[in-house]
Amino acid sequence: MPNMTYMAAIAEATREEMERDESVYLMGEDIRASVYGASAGLFEIFGEDRVIDTPLSENGFFGAAIGSSLVGQRPIVETVTSFFWVGMDQMISQAAKMRYMFGGQAKLPVTWRARMFYARGAAAHHSDRNYNIFMSTPGLKVICPTNPYDAKGLMKTAVRDNNPCLIFEDGIAISSRGEVPANEDLPGGELLVPFGEARIVREGTDCTIVGIAGGVAHAENAAKILEGEGISCEIIDPRTLVPLDKQTILTSVEKTGRLVVVDPAHEVCSVASEISSIVAQEAFWSLQAPIIKVASAQVNVPYSPALEPLVYPTPERVIEAVRETMS
Amino acid sequence: MPPDKDLLLQMLERMWRIRIFEETVIEIHSSGELQGPAHPYIGQEAVAVGACAALKDTDYIAGNHRSHGHPIAKGGDLGGAMAELLGKSGGYCKGKGGSMHLADFSIGILGESGIVASSVPIATGAALASKQQGKDFISMVFFGDGASNQGACHESMNMASLWSLPVIFLCENNQYAITTSYKNSVSVDHISDRAPAYNMPGVLVDGQDAIAVYEATVHAVERARAGEGPTLIECMTYRFEDHSLGLDRVRDNPYRSDEEVDEWRQRDPIPIHEEAITSTGVVTPEDCAEVQARVRVDVAAALEFARNSPYPEAKELFEDMWAE
Repeated sequence: MPNMTYMAAIAEATREEMERDESVYLMGEDIRASVYGASAGLFEIFGEDRVIDTPLSENGFFGAAIGSSLVGQRPIVETVTSFFWVGMDQMISQAAKMRYMFGGQAKLPVTWRARMFYARGAAAHHSDRNYNIFMSTPGLKVICPTNPYDAKGLMKTAVRDNNPCLIFEDGIAISSRGEVPANEDLPGGELLVPFGEARIVREGTDCTIVGIAGGVAHAENAAKILEGEGISCEIIDPRTLVPLDKQTILTSVEKTGRLVVVDPAHEVCSVASEISSIVAQEAFWSLQAPIIKVASAQVNVPYSPALEPLVYPTPERVIEAVRETMS
Repeated sequence: MPPDKDLLLQMLERMWRIRIFEETVIEIHSSGELQGPAHPYIGQEAVAVGACAALKDTDYIAGNHRSHGHPIAKGGDLGGAMAELLGKSGGYCKGKGGSMHLADFSIGILGESGIVASSVPIATGAALASKQQGKDFISMVFFGDGASNQGACHESMNMASLWSLPVIFLCENNQYAITTSYKNSVSVDHISDRAPAYNMPGVLVDGQDAIAVYEATVHAVERARAGEGPTLIECMTYRFEDHSLGLDRVRDNPYRSDEEVDEWRQRDPIPIHEEAITSTGVVTPEDCAEVQARVRVDVAAALEFARNSPYPEAKELFEDMWAE
């Protein structure tokens, strides 16, 4: 089975979908140069109508992508999570609302792919983990692939979905390599990962850890160490936040009786907050200990290497949280 | 080529459809039957009608919060529009959009937008799709003097010109963004003066003259269909009513003089058009009277349809969220 990087998996999904459907096109800044590593060679294959380098106008070209999708195109928009803020009017006021507002007339097959880098000294304007904001906005699908297999399979599903989809490419996940099956080895000849189906990363009996985006890697590292202490963790990666597979989380908590949610977003109104609330409401009587959120501190991201690491979840914070639920 | 008799009469009919529709909206708002904000288009009819007369059904339009005139000018159904305003299930959007979000994709009405300038990139994107798909559909966006100052507008004009997109930027300069005069918010004398900065033609037109708007738009349409790119058309016009129904604070704090309003009311686009088309003998005053009478019947029927249309059922609350 081919072993590839996360970005190679994204690039493969992009090329396959562009080959399969000529209404799929790619737009964004520095696409031809493949600055983020997912679009090398595509311009040479598909040409300027389908591989579009845009001016630095996020609100403008996000809107153009949306407008084109209303009349049959399927744009893939590449950007950075922090630049979502610049195009928020189009994302929230148009993409998320148009179909409903127009009584179901509109289809909006737009896929945004956003690099979500943080923890690398980029300071407050280039470190946003903002999927939680979009999760609370009705009308958007929110996807957080954490390994190359899911990156490819979820990306292909997103491009074929007739609704606006946002893919958050976590900086920690991006550095991963993993096995991605070749198409000829797959039933149906292609890799499609369905939305709304969580992945059980590791089975366990004592504490459920739900990891969001880069939080999954922290949970895995923590679980290895906790195993040495005799604590068995079950790790769940929801993979998509909208739609959210609540049931897999609830079933796990019913088994373990404990929950830690690891979420790189700021802790207030985070995904961890939402999952904690769901479990508190729907699995309260299964809980043997208070739920613990391991999320980012409610402070802006500082530049200094002495301060920035204090903001985010770490394996150490996860270990501490799990121990606390066990005490 | 000047418009033929049928088109001249159709333009008159559509202006009356907008005018009488809006007068009816004002009536049912005063009586309390219509709730929520609504932004009357009265005074600006020649703009939407003149511009849309140059389009085909397959062409796209997108508009703004002053939102009833554009769809009616594009040929939209009056009953569906009125039902939408009343929040009924027979509305264009099944009552989910209301006054500011009329849309009928079947005739290229890609929707009105409540966020000022937000539909400018949308129309630009529809034009991009047209180019990518090798179709000759063009896209037109209506926006005001206020919207012309939004980044979305500037960004779209730059992209449209850069990529030679078949889009027409149709600026309705009605001179006030709620209470703010364009003279206090636009750095050039006319918004069309900005066109050279985007390397596109900029045209200034009398927005009270439907035929003038039509002719300017025909040129822009020809250019767009030939793949030569976008045009910015600025129509000088005036809204005869206040910004929005129910915004009493604006009415109580006048931002424009009675003299100015009266002066513009003298330049009513409907008599101007009637005068133009009867003076050449192409159309008779009787033809004009007949059009108006017919439209009164049509608008009354639309109101009747809207009143009889049921409200959406509670189970529809969660419908239309997601596409299959």
